[in-house]
Amino acid sequence: MSTTSGARATGLRGRGRALAYVVLTALAIFAIGPVVLFFFNALKTNGEYAAGSLGLPRSWRWDNFTAAWTQANMGAGLANSAVVVLGTAALTCVVAGCASYALARLRVRGSAAFMTYLLVAGSLPAQMFLMPLFYMWSRAGLYDSRSGLVLIYCGLFSPFATLLLRSFMLNLPREMEEAARIDGAGEIRVFLRIVVPNALPGFLTVALTSGLSAYNEFLFAVTMVESDAKMPLSTTFFSFQQGFTQNFTLISAAGFIMIAPMLVLFLLLQRRFIDGLSTSGLGGV
Amino acid sequence: MKLPLRDRRVSGWLFMLPLVVVNAGVVLVPCLFSIWYSFTDWTGISSRARFVGLKNYANLLDDPEFAGGLVHNVLWTAFFLVVPMAMGLFGAYVLTRIRRFRLLFRTLYFIPYIVASVVNASIWRSILDPDTGIGDLLHINPLGNPDLALWSVEFVNNWAWWGFLVVVFLAAMQGVNPTLYEAAAVDGAGALRQFFSVTLPGIRPTFAFLGLMTVIWSFLAFDYVYILTQGGPAGSTDLLSTVLYRDAFSNLQSGYACAMGVVMALISSVVVTAYLIVRTARKWEI
Repeated sequence: MSTTSGARATGLRGRGRALAYVVLTALAIFAIGPVVLFFFNALKTNGEYAAGSLGLPRSWRWDNFTAAWTQANMGAGLANSAVVVLGTAALTCVVAGCASYALARLRVRGSAAFMTYLLVAGSLPAQMFLMPLFYMWSRAGLYDSRSGLVLIYCGLFSPFATLLLRSFMLNLPREMEEAARIDGAGEIRVFLRIVVPNALPGFLTVALTSGLSAYNEFLFAVTMVESDAKMPLSTTFFSFQQGFTQNFTLISAAGFIMIAPMLVLFLLLQRRFIDGLSTSGLGGV
Repeated sequence: MKLPLRDRRVSGWLFMLPLVVVNAGVVLVPCLFSIWYSFTDWTGISSRARFVGLKNYANLLDDPEFAGGLVHNVLWTAFFLVVPMAMGLFGAYVLTRIRRFRLLFRTLYFIPYIVASVVNASIWRSILDPDTGIGDLLHINPLGNPDLALWSVEFVNNWAWWGFLVVVFLAAMQGVNPTLYEAAAVDGAGALRQFFSVTLPGIRPTFAFLGLMTVIWSFLAFDYVYILTQGGPAGSTDLLSTVLYRDAFSNLQSGYACAMGVVMALISSVVVTAYLIVRTARKWEI
């Protein structure tokens, strides 16, 4: 890459630039190729799959998708996931929204210590509190229930969501809030009428990232929900994949059905996703 | 309700109340229970738990599964500190150096990150398959051979992870003052030299934060091992989290599993504390 020595800060020239594009394209193939192969496998017959899982399908069996939909019980899983995802996104927005307003605008005693606590609580290993939580949830009737799962996800995601919304609110102008206060508005009114509308992009980011994390989450879903009728999509798909009849073409089709909604949502709203996920660190390795 | 709300110190904590309650219910209280149960013979089924002192912690010391899990966790952490970090820094740096298609590449690299771990595991299980996939071409069994399995699971997990790092590093690199690059170029520094003397120092807080998160999250890693290998073959991919899960939910040794969880939390809190000390000393923002 020595050809760049004379170049300006951004932009390579000549061979260096060509090389850069070759490398970037190779990485792009590494990122997307597996998903494309997975899609191809979803369209194969069992015979074709057995002959090789790395190539193009010859017959393009689209009815694999309908077969997977019924056999893997994807409809029920998707409905349960919708409840869990929407519930988590809404509850996290409320909980983190209120707390971040207090941390950004109201001079709360001990707020610095509380934020450090949030950082620590947000990075504790879930395995540390999994068993007592499991026991508490069974005692409280929250085991094997979608609302129990929503509460757990809200508890897990709201610390980082709060820190993210707080930094978003710190950048909002204060003049409108002060004017409303002078007009006699209380804190709840200021929060609902002025801060929430102005912070809507921040809330959208929190809703998207916590919704995506809830949709993909596995450890708590597999631990806390037992009955088929209440399983979210991640464990519905997992039990289908672990099933006795290992039909890989249908497993691929079911898996593709699972990731399709999030792929579409991501492609439509990618800036919000990327901003949120890259600043909040909601996801894990 | 109207009167105290006028007082901002009171209303402040009222606004934080929902977060405090949810966090206490899901994280804080179960954590405190965990610490208590780690000193008992709790099975996890009933509330009966007899105090046994430090027995669980003493047993950890000569539990080969715990030792194996710890070693695999350290290897796992090392892998994630090196491979995805290098790929993320490299990808992001090359992206800052091109003008066209930057956003397209960024989007493509990010897609694996939004694929659910259960599906990601299926994708790679069929690609690596010893009968139909790469395993067949290379005559290896990536997930079935004890010498390869841990690497293979790490590889699969990394596929979903490195693109996220590209995006975060790219955002940080775009915040580096461009005149520094021009000055370096005038001084005759090539692309490689500019990376080490301008880019890397410029993104140091992000780099340190992600290093911290990598260490923390490496100790949480669970999904891919549980789904792909269940810790096998012959325990070669067992992590602390999968050993703990088995002890708690299959072997009914929840008190013992709690002790393991407490040790994991201690390890990560040492790392977080070290980070917080450095952060305060250097006055970083995150």
